[in-house]
Amino acid sequence: MAAISPPLIDVQNLGHGYRMAGEMMTVLSDISFQVRHGEFVAIIGPSGSGKSTLMNMLGCLDVANEGTYLLDGQDIRKLSDNKLATIRNEKIGFIFQQFNLLPKLTAYENVELPLIYRNVPHKERKKSVEESLRLVGLEDRMHHRPSELSGGQQQRVAIARAIAGSPPLLLADEPTGALDSKTGIEVMDKMKELNALGHTIIIITHDLSIAEQAKRVIRIQDGRIVEDRGSRA
Amino acid sequence: MNLLQSIKMAWKSIAGAKIRSFLTMLGIIIGVSSVITLVSVGQGTTSQITDQLEGLGTDLLTVNIMGRGSSTSLSFEEAMALGKIEGVKAVSPVINGSVTAKKGTVNDSLSVEGIAPSYEEVQDFHVQAGRYIIDMDNEFRMKVALIGTEAAETFFGTDNPIGQTIQLNGSSFKIVGLLESKGSSLTASNDNKLLIPIATAERFLQSRGVRSITVQVEDTKQIETVKALLEATLDKKFQNADNAYSIFNSQEMLDTLNSTTQILSLALGGIAGISLLVGGIGIMNIMLVSVSERTREIGVRKAIGAKKRDILMQFMVESTALSGFGGLIGIGLGYGASALIGHYSSLTTTVSLPIVLIAFGFSLFIGIIFGMIPANKAAKLRPIYALRTD
Repeated sequence: MAAISPPLIDVQNLGHGYRMAGEMMTVLSDISFQVRHGEFVAIIGPSGSGKSTLMNMLGCLDVANEGTYLLDGQDIRKLSDNKLATIRNEKIGFIFQQFNLLPKLTAYENVELPLIYRNVPHKERKKSVEESLRLVGLEDRMHHRPSELSGGQQQRVAIARAIAGSPPLLLADEPTGALDSKTGIEVMDKMKELNALGHTIIIITHDLSIAEQAKRVIRIQDGRIVEDRGSRA
Repeated sequence: MNLLQSIKMAWKSIAGAKIRSFLTMLGIIIGVSSVITLVSVGQGTTSQITDQLEGLGTDLLTVNIMGRGSSTSLSFEEAMALGKIEGVKAVSPVINGSVTAKKGTVNDSLSVEGIAPSYEEVQDFHVQAGRYIIDMDNEFRMKVALIGTEAAETFFGTDNPIGQTIQLNGSSFKIVGLLESKGSSLTASNDNKLLIPIATAERFLQSRGVRSITVQVEDTKQIETVKALLEATLDKKFQNADNAYSIFNSQEMLDTLNSTTQILSLALGGIAGISLLVGGIGIMNIMLVSVSERTREIGVRKAIGAKKRDILMQFMVESTALSGFGGLIGIGLGYGASALIGHYSSLTTTVSLPIVLIAFGFSLFIGIIFGMIPANKAAKLRPIYALRTD
């Protein structure tokens, strides 16, 4: 059944490089893979392997020099900055290592932010925000600022922000990197729970124990895919 | 994202750093309030002077006679003959001087004007009791006088001065009328003087000829023509001697005053503009710092879907709100300072609404202009760069 619907992510021969001191530094080359709806993928690689650059590409924060990237059937490389912003807003929920919550806003306001940029009317917004916060178990911490929350709670707020707009893809960059192992497990459990609810999740990590919890692991080294385990494609 | 959300965000950011926001606004606050206060003092003073000048009458020409040496002067009859010039409505010649007045034990120096009956209409200066100087008084050089309210109080207290006599340089004059109170004009107090028949004054003050003539024209528009005709007549009389006479027109003085005021307003506007400009640079400076400090925030916002326009608007609204808020505080302070100056000093202050609106509008404008560079810098940040920054 999953094979019939078009893939959520379709990357073909993606390549990227930077010009540094006049020389081309290749960061990614010949990356091709597909991710279907509902998958739970971990992209693993040591630092400097190019996984962060790949995450920027997948998250539409940057555009690759070569190859094609179709997200939900849309060719990302052809889009303007503003269109990319809309894609990020509607298709992707980001979860960062450093949480990246806005310190002056409450948990509620942080979760609300992507919906404000999407021009969702106030009533609907309130409903989605409260629902997402309830889903991560923070309904009683809604009006706390990030500084009044623990690391694990902050990351759960970030997760709530990522899912508030119900994007098809959740993109997590080392989501447990800044947490102790106990809260790290909590956050990973939350991610699995979300995957069980049907969210497509890609986790970028260098930590094998985190990657092992995903259903599929893509290993990257020196800018190339060296292993794709558990692929359903 | 709509404007309301941008305003909410700007408000959170401004309220989140109160001291910094206030210091940022200070330049604008000082600029706006000083413009309003300075202009209110300037305009208050100007309108005070204008009122007094207008009180002198804009249809009047004042001719001061210096004479040509000691031989040629203008007699009372010659002065009255000026009334035949076309466009002249009335002529009021005056001989003025100062006398020592005495009544009982009260002894004081008083200014005295010898007048013709036409004085009443030309100067619009009437008696509140008794009668005016009439032609008969002049014909017979009668020793009668009209007394000003202030002088009456000095010499007669609460008594009715009419019918009483007063000693002027030793001669007895009978008071026949009490003048109405007119207050001070630009030249002198109108209420502390005596008016006597001009013919009496000519002999009594030992004056050869008329000292000054007030000429009332029929129509203000004709004032220049009448002035030229007067000059022609007087030049002939004084054989073109230099400085034999001068003609003063209150309209001319009003015009001079108005052009002076305009220059003053322009200068004030310039100073205001400069101070607001400096305030604007202060805002730009802080906004640039704020953009650097909030690079990561901008990155996060962009990652979760803020468009360039959203970021641009957020920072523009913030800088405009800072300057606009500063402007509002400045208006409040300006009104307060003007009121205080008006209350505690002799200066008159008039806060002008157009100036308030202009100053406020300009402060908003400054916020928009100087917000553009920082806002544009923020909007152009690339999300991957902004997210990497701490």
